[in-house]
Amino acid sequence: MGHPTLTHADDADPRDRGGTAQPLLIARDLRKHFQVKGGPASLFGAGRAAVRAVDGVSFTLFKGETLGIVGESGCGKSTLARLLLHLIVPDAGELIFDGDTVAAPDGITVRALRQQVQMVFQDSYSSLNPRMPVQDSVAFGPYVQGRSQAEARDIARDILVKVGLNPALFGPRYPHELSGGQKQRVNIARALAINPRMVILDEAVSALDKSIEAQVLNLLRQLKRSFNLTYVFISHDLNVVQYISDRVLVMYLGHVVELGPVDAIFERPLHPYTVALLGSRPSMDPAHRIDEPPLNGDPPSPINPPSGCRFRTRCAHAEAVCAETVPVLGAWLDCGSHVAACHIQTPGSGHSQATTQGMA
Amino acid sequence: MSQTSATAQAASNWEADALPATKVRSYWQSVGYRLRHDPVTLVFGAVVLAVILAAIFAPWIAPMDPYKDSVIGRLKPFGWRGHLLGTDELGRDMLSRLIHGGRISLMMGLVPVLVATIVGGILGVVAGFGGRAVNTAIMRTMDVFYAFPSVLLAVAISGAMGGGIGNGMLALSLVFTPAICRVAETATAQVRNLDFIEAARASGAGTFTIIRHHVLGNVLGPVFIYSSSLVSVSILLASGLSFLGLGVKPPEPDWGLMLSTLRQSIYVNPLVCAVPGIAIFITSICFNLVSDGIRAAMDVRM
Amino acid sequence: MDGLRMATAPLVEVDDLTVRFVTREATVHAVNGVSLTIRPGETLCILGESGSGKSVTLRALMRLLPPDRTFITGAIKVDGRDVLAMDRRALGEYRGGLASMIFQEPMTALDPVYTINQQISETIIRHNGGTKAQARARALELFDLVKIPSPERRLDAYPHELSGGLRQRAMIAMALSCGPRLLLADEPTTALDATVQIQVLILLRRLQKDLGMATIFVTHDLGVAAEIADRVAVMYAGRIVEEGSVAEVLANPQHPYTRGLLGSTVHGQPRDQDIKAIPGSPPDLRRLPSGCAFGPRCSQAMVACRTIVPEPRHPAPGRMARCLRVEA
Repeated sequence: MGHPTLTHADDADPRDRGGTAQPLLIARDLRKHFQVKGGPASLFGAGRAAVRAVDGVSFTLFKGETLGIVGESGCGKSTLARLLLHLIVPDAGELIFDGDTVAAPDGITVRALRQQVQMVFQDSYSSLNPRMPVQDSVAFGPYVQGRSQAEARDIARDILVKVGLNPALFGPRYPHELSGGQKQRVNIARALAINPRMVILDEAVSALDKSIEAQVLNLLRQLKRSFNLTYVFISHDLNVVQYISDRVLVMYLGHVVELGPVDAIFERPLHPYTVALLGSRPSMDPAHRIDEPPLNGDPPSPINPPSGCRFRTRCAHAEAVCAETVPVLGAWLDCGSHVAACHIQTPGSGHSQATTQGMA
Repeated sequence: MSQTSATAQAASNWEADALPATKVRSYWQSVGYRLRHDPVTLVFGAVVLAVILAAIFAPWIAPMDPYKDSVIGRLKPFGWRGHLLGTDELGRDMLSRLIHGGRISLMMGLVPVLVATIVGGILGVVAGFGGRAVNTAIMRTMDVFYAFPSVLLAVAISGAMGGGIGNGMLALSLVFTPAICRVAETATAQVRNLDFIEAARASGAGTFTIIRHHVLGNVLGPVFIYSSSLVSVSILLASGLSFLGLGVKPPEPDWGLMLSTLRQSIYVNPLVCAVPGIAIFITSICFNLVSDGIRAAMDVRM
Repeated sequence: MDGLRMATAPLVEVDDLTVRFVTREATVHAVNGVSLTIRPGETLCILGESGSGKSVTLRALMRLLPPDRTFITGAIKVDGRDVLAMDRRALGEYRGGLASMIFQEPMTALDPVYTINQQISETIIRHNGGTKAQARARALELFDLVKIPSPERRLDAYPHELSGGLRQRAMIAMALSCGPRLLLADEPTTALDATVQIQVLILLRRLQKDLGMATIFVTHDLGVAAEIADRVAVMYAGRIVEEGSVAEVLANPQHPYTRGLLGSTVHGQPRDQDIKAIPGSPPDLRRLPSGCAFGPRCSQAMVACRTIVPEPRHPAPGRMARCLRVEA
């Protein structure tokens, strides 16, 4: 399958290695556990609980696409975002950026990675330094990467224009004087000032009003075209993910449960969790309201998750095999593949509804 | 590119009408604005300023020679022969001694706080940003000093070193450093977890760069507020040290020392004997109230 | 349905409510002439973005605004009683008794140092009297009502020991404990995950119908309004700019802001086109523009819109829109 949004202009970027055939990022079996401070029992050497935030996540990111990552709280998507930039160091697994392994002796250093990959944070009150004028916040990145102060300032001014903010008017302002949408534009400008090839957007529009969200989404689309970017778009809002993504990755409790092109995921979801998630979206039509919630109860905590398939405690199709074996995501060949980590989808898994032939 | 600039231009037009209505003010400008409109703080700030200026210009302001004693004119009441505040137990003019005494008292009050702020501030930031080992090493050492009552610690250190102004100031600096270090460490630890620090790390900045550009500006506020509240304490402690003979040596005028030497004379002329005490009290309270006012002004949250 | 509306007496009557926050630096005009009526058993959704004044309106109904810098004019009557004139004692009975409120963030709305049982029982005993055992039994009933599993164990838990969805249900139980006739909900599902949000919405819908409560539900999410409301009031810059039944407002919006809101909500738009966003930003409440507050952003603004604040116009029975372009 082709890449609908991939442009040809990648050969103009001198940093590109391997062209469009080579994925921009390969994540292999990423793992990150956080130790929970043990209770009194831990004094006596009893096992400490761990938050298994990201527990074996693998995926491939192709150049020029937008990969949407969805999931609810506790699924690990924010931790995953930070792992991709090595803001949190993975316990296990590897990251391969454009053919080079990150933080390996013969690969790419984390510092060099951060010249090509940047992150836009959620517009919380703490995403911008309250004591710094906006243009200094934006200029900080280029300055740190080696430019002079004057050069960095010019870059900052230039980028501010590109995100739709008048630098003469907004540059000297402090974050508290800006609205949510303006602050988020500054966040985007800060990420782009370094001239990255890939941008991770961690709930970048979630805190904005709907009308401002629309503006920022339009801006993100336009910037992606102008700067030839690849996006990883993390959000809990399924509608936004459907609009902006080419492919979607669904996470649940530290695992990837489904991965595929956006239309396939939204129209023909394979994993029971994805089905439930999609069915939980409020209907926009008062005449056709949702009568029964697709799922009951809260997402369990990532501390000591269920054995086998982690979704089995809430799944209507759970059987004995689901508690014994962890379902595997399934082999996928290219960006058109649609796979799910579910025993029903795996032929010969032992589940009563498993197909006997392979999937297309 | 033309498509980009056209879109950007259109976008800019949207933003042009979206500016906040109030005047552009930086954080420190807002602080200044609030202070200017706070009458209580302004009044007490004026008193503090008057005290400091009087201390600086003492030789020109003092009406008489603070060292000139007189056998007959001892412990005379207010207004006796031109001595506005009377005379002390050796016949010296109280007002002049008060003004000259202010120099040393203020110096012993302000310098230790300044030193402690710098040293404690640096230690606190290092502890807040360093790893667990560094943090434990610094903070637990501070805890040891913190455990002693401040007066006791000041007296012990000053006494062990033999008294005198320099040793007194050093002792007080050591007394205040742990407290300021703790405030700085807390502020740093809070700032450290905020998103913009993570964004700075993601930009590729090293730890020192982050501290210099992002942390210090945010930590300075709480540290400054706390230090300003310590000045009044420092003046009191310094006077206490002098009272106990661990500060200035006679015949140098110093408020604490004056209190001490006038102690016996309280039955002869109580008003005159109370004067140095009142000076300490007023100065200390004014610094305290000004520090409160600064704290309220700096708590600007828009 | 409209005939029914006319027949029953309203439970809540808000008449020309204005709320201003006055500080040394500026005056914020948070609410500028809001009038509402709500019938018993009806659910009204106040739809708006940040700065629209929706939360302030709600808090005014409960008298939860800081007294020293808030200036309220207008009238609020709940069940015939004048809320703005209530003294402390009357307020104490009103809050939790006649009207109850649930908040967006249950972690901050519940006291972390008391168990859920202690907090619910306190409310029950305060309004209805009785013993601790009776209050606990009632609390258990309520937990059943809001479908909290293992209710005995959960009653004795502290707020931080419960998950987000359970905390929200516990807060709903607490709000319902004394049988209020009016439930005020300030974005109670915004902070919840999608699968939990739909559960809580359906629960609220069911409870409201079973208990016959009137509900005022504040949200910024059109989908939530579609799921739960009978009527919708759209707020912008402290004024209600459109009102009507939820089906009519969503299918046939009259006010340009409502249209813009519907058009800019991401919901199945084609991927290769920009979303039709409303340009600009909401106005600064410290300096409202003269005339229609939405004028600067409105694609259909006329010259008159800059000077005249549109009066409420009624294009159809039960519908209202504050727009000069709407036929009265």
